[in-house]
Amino acid sequence: MRQLLILSLSVLALAACEREDREYRANPVTSETEEKIALSPLSAGPSGPTEQRSGLGQQYEENAYHIAQGKRLYIWFNCNGCHAHGGGDSGPPLLDDRWIYGGQIENIVQTIREGRPNGMPSFRGKVPDDQIWQIAAYVRSMGRNVPKPAAPGRNDDMHPGPAEQRRPPGEVMDGGQIPPAAQMPQ
Amino acid sequence: MRRIAPALLLLCLPLGGCQHWQSVLNARGPAASTLAHMFWIFVSVLATVWVLTMIALLLALRRRRPEDADPLATNPTTERRMTITISVAIGLTLLTVISLTGLSYAAQKVLFAHKDGALTLLVTGQQWWWKITYEDSQPNRVFTTANEIHIPVGEPVLIKLESSDVIHSFWVPSLTGKMDAITGRQNQIQIQADRPGIYRGQCAEYCGLQHAHMGLIVVAESREDFERWREQQISSAIPPGDEERQRGMEIFMSKPCIMCHQIRGTDAGGKIAPDLTHVGSRRYIAAGTLETTRGNIAAWIVDPHGVKPGVNMPTIQLEPDEVQPLASYLEGLK
Amino acid sequence: MTRALTSHEFDAVPEVTRLATGERGGLPGVQSEADAPPSPDELRDDQVDGPELSARLAKTWGTEKGLIGALSTVDHKIIGRRYIITAIIFLFLGGLSAVAMRLQLAQPESKLISPDLYNQLFTMHGTTMMFLFGVPIGEAFAVYLVPLMVGARNIAFPRLNAFSYYVYLFGGIMIWVAFMLNIGPDTGWFSYVPLAGPEFSPGKRVDFWAQMITFTEVAGIAVAISVIVTVFKMRAPGMTLDRIPLFVWAELVNSFVIVFALPAVVTASAMLILDRLVGTHFFNPAEGGDALLYQHLFWFFGHPEVYIIFLPATGWVSAIVVTFARRQAFGYIALVLSLIATGFLSFGLWVHHMFTTGLPQLGASFFTASSMLIAIPNGIQIFCWIATLWDGRPVFRTPLLFVIGFFFIFVAGGLSGIMLASVPLDTQVHDTFFVVAHFHYVLIGGNVFPLLGAIYYWFPKFAGRMMSERLGKWHFWLAFIGFNVTFFPMHITGLMGMPRRVYTYLPEMGWGSLNLISTIGAVLFFASFVLFLYNIISSARRGPVAEPNPWNAGTLEWAAASPPLPQNFDRVPVVTNREPLWANRDSLPVVAGLSVENREQIVSTITHGRADLRESSPEPSIWPFLTAVATTITFVGSIFTPWAVVWGSIPLALALIGWFWPKTSTEDER
Repeated sequence: MRQLLILSLSVLALAACEREDREYRANPVTSETEEKIALSPLSAGPSGPTEQRSGLGQQYEENAYHIAQGKRLYIWFNCNGCHAHGGGDSGPPLLDDRWIYGGQIENIVQTIREGRPNGMPSFRGKVPDDQIWQIAAYVRSMGRNVPKPAAPGRNDDMHPGPAEQRRPPGEVMDGGQIPPAAQMPQ
Repeated sequence: MRRIAPALLLLCLPLGGCQHWQSVLNARGPAASTLAHMFWIFVSVLATVWVLTMIALLLALRRRRPEDADPLATNPTTERRMTITISVAIGLTLLTVISLTGLSYAAQKVLFAHKDGALTLLVTGQQWWWKITYEDSQPNRVFTTANEIHIPVGEPVLIKLESSDVIHSFWVPSLTGKMDAITGRQNQIQIQADRPGIYRGQCAEYCGLQHAHMGLIVVAESREDFERWREQQISSAIPPGDEERQRGMEIFMSKPCIMCHQIRGTDAGGKIAPDLTHVGSRRYIAAGTLETTRGNIAAWIVDPHGVKPGVNMPTIQLEPDEVQPLASYLEGLK
Repeated sequence: MTRALTSHEFDAVPEVTRLATGERGGLPGVQSEADAPPSPDELRDDQVDGPELSARLAKTWGTEKGLIGALSTVDHKIIGRRYIITAIIFLFLGGLSAVAMRLQLAQPESKLISPDLYNQLFTMHGTTMMFLFGVPIGEAFAVYLVPLMVGARNIAFPRLNAFSYYVYLFGGIMIWVAFMLNIGPDTGWFSYVPLAGPEFSPGKRVDFWAQMITFTEVAGIAVAISVIVTVFKMRAPGMTLDRIPLFVWAELVNSFVIVFALPAVVTASAMLILDRLVGTHFFNPAEGGDALLYQHLFWFFGHPEVYIIFLPATGWVSAIVVTFARRQAFGYIALVLSLIATGFLSFGLWVHHMFTTGLPQLGASFFTASSMLIAIPNGIQIFCWIATLWDGRPVFRTPLLFVIGFFFIFVAGGLSGIMLASVPLDTQVHDTFFVVAHFHYVLIGGNVFPLLGAIYYWFPKFAGRMMSERLGKWHFWLAFIGFNVTFFPMHITGLMGMPRRVYTYLPEMGWGSLNLISTIGAVLFFASFVLFLYNIISSARRGPVAEPNPWNAGTLEWAAASPPLPQNFDRVPVVTNREPLWANRDSLPVVAGLSVENREQIVSTITHGRADLRESSPEPSIWPFLTAVATTITFVGSIFTPWAVVWGSIPLALALIGWFWPKTSTEDER
């Protein structure tokens, strides 16, 4: 009986939970992933294929620690300056289901790293790659495109709406509008 | 045996090669001295109580009853004697406890009586470093540094404690006891050093992964030295003097460093991480973890998670030939 | 369900001298049955005698074989034994995590254990020792021994008691499985917000911690209620309040402290999990919450917790001192009153854990006074025990050795506690290794040493065999030396400035050699426990067979067989003295007239212990186990979704309906 218990415990231990792993050192793979991602076209409208996925994105968007770090970095690097808390301001909203440049984590990483027309700056060389992945994972959690147990809870500050973990699971659709404030002067 | 703490303490200190710079018993300020005296009073009183109790216990272990005595039988004389002895012992305990409480209260009065001082600091605990702001009535004389506090000897310095994330606790044992920095509150504590010297402190409230590496140092110096230091801290960063440092500065400005760090007088304006304007003048980097040498700066930049796993400083991509100039530049920020 | 005994039935009980010595079956109580003639098919214990009575009662009160039988049992001895063994397994797990931490701290900047794992380890160590060992071990002994000591056949509410064990077991397994899956909590056993709040502790780690608290508190309160009712209402006839054994008094006070203290921590952990999962703002300063509120709630439980751990130990010490001093307790009334005083005072001290949070100074100094005041009842206890030994004839067997070790260590820990009670001194030593040293002196000295003594003492009763005396003495000396080598240097490390809960320290701090000494001590201390384990296992198999009363002790549990039969006593004893077996050496006066075929117990009055009612004790049932399973599903589910409270209530309701389904018992039919 007790042996059975020990056996089952050790089996469980082997299947240790990746959702809770805490990877501190930068993942060396992050910076090498560019070529593995199919770039989405650099224009509004339907995004390109996103079938080729490295699996790296999953590591980030299913990990509570990475998403929480992304949430801190989102504020620290002033993403909310344009995108607010996901509702959008001069930048497009992030918590809806419309994605101008693709809503998979690889697309978002690409958007942060390379920048996009009409105002999104490139953070290449400004934000280390693993942090870009963390931020992208957090952005995915805004529309609850990540597993609920990994999505962040509320912050210790004033709250405009429910925390990410309490939002209904979202979908990812191509399209979306660049807010007028962010459009280039014609 | 266990009660000869002082002797044991003296024995252990040389063993450890201790520098006495974070010790309760190495008091270098009025508050810490009061506390150290009080500590020894408590220790001697309580050690006496312990020894007396143990003597009583050992004497009690003698067999006083005949072997076949009825365990329920009691001798009225013995009962009465023991009752009286215990009553006296309890009375003495009560007296001890009351006098210690009184002593404690008196010390508390002295310790928390805030004197007026010229200097006020705002210390903000962050995961896992200390942000230190010297307040001043003139806004252009307010400046921010990290993990190193300078105070003039013999003057009380008021420290306002805040936290930007979780609860931390500010503790420089050689100067005074600790005080928590609590989210959403401001606490105050006063420190004063009687002798010039360098005193180490450390976060004393568990604050997450790198709680172990959240140190700070307090440098007590003469008023003149302090003023010189303050003027230097208020000024902007000195521009790089040589070519290597110039290159280091360019690397700094082109890398993620500027997202979080500030160097006054340059484009780097991040407010998230320690202010590096005069990082080279500080004795330690990484919150009291590594001495400020070029080699340590390089090691820290190349692999911060090797030194403090989980720290918020990321590993950035640097070419091998970029490390040296960057470290030189930072080291030169005196 | 119950039927009043006719008034004269047990009138004779207080005048025990007339009943005394061995006229079994011929007691006045038996004749009185004429008033309410028993149904012809019901056999009463005055109609049979000797081995036949034993066998019949054992059948009535016994537990069925097989898995279902094992899970259905309501026998307090079986549940109590499981409780004790489980708590000791958790003690070993907690000890292992401590040894791992000590190895990491043996030298500066050691890379043996990562900070993340270290933080999980010290959280698991504290949580396990406090919630899965400290609270349950005292209750576990109460479950086993209190009914025996008060002369009852089973604990009150035996099904609730069984339920409580399973809830405790499942909660403990849950947190350790989570730890092995790398979802172990990492915020300390106190889980202060905001560190443990949603922003700074992502993932499910703290949620598991908070629910583990809920599990153990539900279990703890359930046992406490069973123990209180057992002590108040199920005492053997004649056991007036001043004849209750000191161990039982200690467990009674302890149970009251549990009932009043644990709700505070359940509140705190429930608010914490609500903040984390549902987004409430109890502890969010930005939305009007307060981080300090959590600390107040936690320590309002957390300080009584220390006494929840210590009070049962006073019971063990009292029992061992009296037995091995061969003298009845000196100052019985003073001891009982000081236990009660400790219970009350323990609720007035919690702020001394918060002296550095910047509370108003006058308020803080009030708590200095109250914290120091608790030295008085504790002093009374220590002095009375010493006096008992003084006037006795100490027999130096292993249990007494551990109690002497307890005096050495606990008194030192209690005295260093007086330093912590002082606001100014506490600002220096708070959250340093000095505190670690202090509370290990108090908790290991005050709980583990008496516990080890208690295990050596009651092992013959539990297992029917004696433990090896030779190994026991080795165990004692190894434990005593190992303990002091581990924890004494920590006083100095703390004064030298080493804070608690650091996974490493810099070489230049000069703490290396003291930490190395502590680590060596920890290895010795752990080795003593390995020896202890070996002693238990080998003695349980090959130890000399124990008589019912191998130590020649005076309390009632030694009147039962070793190990006790399911019915505990063939006939319920009548108590004439605080130490019944010393007062009636040849044979114990008993009452008769209880049913042999039904689980009948005597319910007595609270103060006089006068037999009052005949109450039938519940039969074994699988429902408590199923209810515990349903509770576990609800609690674990609610870590992941708040809706678990809704859908989880359905199986829970079904299980409870099954549990409380009215049965037509034979008694009702009469």
